[in-house]
Amino acid sequence: MIANLGFGALVISFLVSVYGAGAAVYGARKNAPTFVDSARGAMLLTFPLLTISAFSIIYLLATQHYEIAYVSSVTSNSMPLYLKITALWGGQAGSLILWSWLMSAFASAATLRNWDRDREFLPWVIVVSLVTLAFFVGMSIALENPFARLWQTFSGEVITRFLQPAGAIAFIPRDGNGLNPLLRHPGMVAHPPLLYLGFVSFVIPYAFAMAALITGRTDDRWIRLTRRWTVIAWLFLSLGLILGMWWAYDVLGWGGYWGWDPVEIAALMPWLTGTAFLHSVMIQEKRGMLKQWNMVLIILTYDLVIFGTFLTRSGVLSSVHAFSQSAIGPVFFAFIGATLIASLSLLLRRWNDLKAEAQLASWFSREALFLINNLLFVGIFVVCLWGVIFPLISELVTGQKMTVGPAFYEPATGPLWVALVFLMGICPLSAWQLSTYRTIGRAAWKPALASLIVPIALLIAGIRQPGALLGFWVIAYAAFLSLYQLFREALARYRAHNDNLLISMWRLIGRNRRRYGGLIIHVSVILMALGVIGIELFQTETQGTIAPGQQLTLGSYRIKFDSLATFDTPDGGLNVARAVVSIYKNNAGNPVPQLIGTVYPRRDYYYESQQPMTIPGVYSSISGDDIYVVLVDWQSITSQGATFKIYSNPLVNWMWLGGLVLLLGSLIAAWPAKDPDATALARRAALSRREA
Amino acid sequence: MNDKCRINPINPHGKSIIQGMAALYLALVMACLSSVSSFAQQASPSTITDDQVNAVAKQLYCPVCENTPLDVCPTQACAQWRDLIRLKLSEGWTSQQIKTYFVQQYGDRVLAAPPARGLNLLVYIIPPVTILAGAFILFRALRAWKQPAEVAASYNMLIPQDFAQPSSTEQAASAANAVPSQDRYLARLEEELRKSDQ
Repeated sequence: MIANLGFGALVISFLVSVYGAGAAVYGARKNAPTFVDSARGAMLLTFPLLTISAFSIIYLLATQHYEIAYVSSVTSNSMPLYLKITALWGGQAGSLILWSWLMSAFASAATLRNWDRDREFLPWVIVVSLVTLAFFVGMSIALENPFARLWQTFSGEVITRFLQPAGAIAFIPRDGNGLNPLLRHPGMVAHPPLLYLGFVSFVIPYAFAMAALITGRTDDRWIRLTRRWTVIAWLFLSLGLILGMWWAYDVLGWGGYWGWDPVEIAALMPWLTGTAFLHSVMIQEKRGMLKQWNMVLIILTYDLVIFGTFLTRSGVLSSVHAFSQSAIGPVFFAFIGATLIASLSLLLRRWNDLKAEAQLASWFSREALFLINNLLFVGIFVVCLWGVIFPLISELVTGQKMTVGPAFYEPATGPLWVALVFLMGICPLSAWQLSTYRTIGRAAWKPALASLIVPIALLIAGIRQPGALLGFWVIAYAAFLSLYQLFREALARYRAHNDNLLISMWRLIGRNRRRYGGLIIHVSVILMALGVIGIELFQTETQGTIAPGQQLTLGSYRIKFDSLATFDTPDGGLNVARAVVSIYKNNAGNPVPQLIGTVYPRRDYYYESQQPMTIPGVYSSISGDDIYVVLVDWQSITSQGATFKIYSNPLVNWMWLGGLVLLLGSLIAAWPAKDPDATALARRAALSRREA
Repeated sequence: MNDKCRINPINPHGKSIIQGMAALYLALVMACLSSVSSFAQQASPSTITDDQVNAVAKQLYCPVCENTPLDVCPTQACAQWRDLIRLKLSEGWTSQQIKTYFVQQYGDRVLAAPPARGLNLLVYIIPPVTILAGAFILFRALRAWKQPAEVAASYNMLIPQDFAQPSSTEQAASAANAVPSQDRYLARLEEELRKSDQ
């Protein structure tokens, strides 16, 4: 019953989407506002319809309706309620519904805005949103129906169909297969929705860009309208990535948070082009340049969002042959191709309208530096795209699969990342069109010189790796420059007003949220860069088998194995091996190592999925270092030995702290300012009053 | 082979079927190897530390899982492959020899990056060529956009004198020498703040 309701809502939302897209095109072409209004109504209707659909699945998941194939594949009796609910995105069919649901929420929100001043965009924004939505909903209906039921045929075979096949009887398993153990983690509760929010919200600026191309209103209006959407999309995508990293760190037991896995890169690629877009739109706003390039970037970002979903959904990553076997892959591929061709031909049609209005004044102006920033981001993107695609090409051509792992990505992208951090320090100091190397030099030399203290101090402290010294210097230099600007400008305000320095800073930030939000995001990137250097250059590890009471030594740490217990959980779902490990630290001048903490590394074995999970025990110190203990193996009670792998991950917690600062900076940048047009009007009114 | 040790978190239903078979196959291989290697025994496997094994395993990828480094893969099959590395090390094999052995047995996919030969050369050529081409295009575009002197001169008349745009970089530099533009920026900032808060 509920399944029928959910499926019915899904089908209606598909029909409504198709109708809305058609009505919007007709209304725009024939200049018939009633049709545009009707299309707007259709757009707004998709959200409640998809909400019914999504809640139907959630209800079925929560109430253990195992006759539904999706429910029995991702839930089981032993799972707690919150995991049953989050199983909505625990599998293919549910994830696609989540995608559509979020998409309709965002597109509806965009439709609800005040369109008085840019009414000609409305029908085309609706068309782009609804076509995208219809594609995803259509795929759910035709290929990945989450409401399909299990049936037993006459011959005893269990098949999945929505409608009862002739001669088949309903098949209701008593328990489900359960959610993949890797997904039973708080990080996984929030990571996919946030990532998807980032994905779908990038559809909005793309829809406006297409509307601008179609209507020929190729000024920067579409960019101004979508500025906050873009920042919010970027924020969600960034948080999705960071939460994914935290999950990987906490669950996979690999000792790190980023493995350059194609699934990770699939989500990173739209982030790279999106970040480039976020910067380069400012050049168009301020200088009327780069209009074509901004279009290219947003088209690329949109198609990378779809491509990212395609990569993780089509099975193409496990083998190109899985791609041709599943129907979903070719359909995705066709959609990406069609949207790419359509968007690029629109862009070519308007190419001449998008010529730059201004010219470049200086090689060191902010627009020139932003262009280098774009080159670097796109460069990293090219490395990533090629690294993901090459194994597929290789498999097609030679039949042999290749691994393209960190050994490829790290040397290829490392210098580009360092150059980006370097540029990040200078860019905010530069001025639009005016700055030269002398003006930048004059503004930057003091903090740049001061930043040399850091590598010198590290040299004295005994660090000799050139990579580390360079990395820390670039980070220190970018940090000093960013903070120097923030404080200098706050100080200027403080001198002018004589109020509290903190209040001055607060008001300063409020005055230009975008600039200072951006600067705070830069600071967050610097913090995260510390975490990256810590893992990349200073991670150490050791592994050994020890009996209870024995110790392993790693640097200044000693890890003592206290005890190990194996037991089944009360619900009988999994078998746990849990070790108790004490961590001691040698302190200078103190012969006795000091106990600093106890951790409990575990190996969980899930009976239903026959899958082991390695949960590390992590001790975090205040300085941001982690001791990360993995239980690799253990022997029977008689010999009482266990094998531990221990990583020392210096500075890693700066990564997570950076994530929080990034959230703060993005919120400041995206915080709704007063309507700029209204503010301008009010100012003009005030001025005329004063003059009067 | 198409099975997975670490199930893809976003597509979690690829169940491993061949793992058991792989382990069985491996046991056979190991049995053969140990009978051969007993001639050339140099050290007992127990003298090889886990860290030595991991140092080699780190450079290899699990032959049956996707994108899982051999040193962290939690499956039984991988544990046995690590034991195989230990055995080889105890026989005096170098890390390079072990890598070559794994490549011969399981193909190039066990390497962390494709070996630079044949079609694989494309992996290493395409990105730098694309980036350099991008840099070249950008350079050309920037040069084309660079303001010609006469345009700059006319532009100067449109903007306030304080921010007048010098017509060439040299003049810009000299102008910047005369009035430190950052101070000018600060002065303007203070001025604006004063105005807006009145």
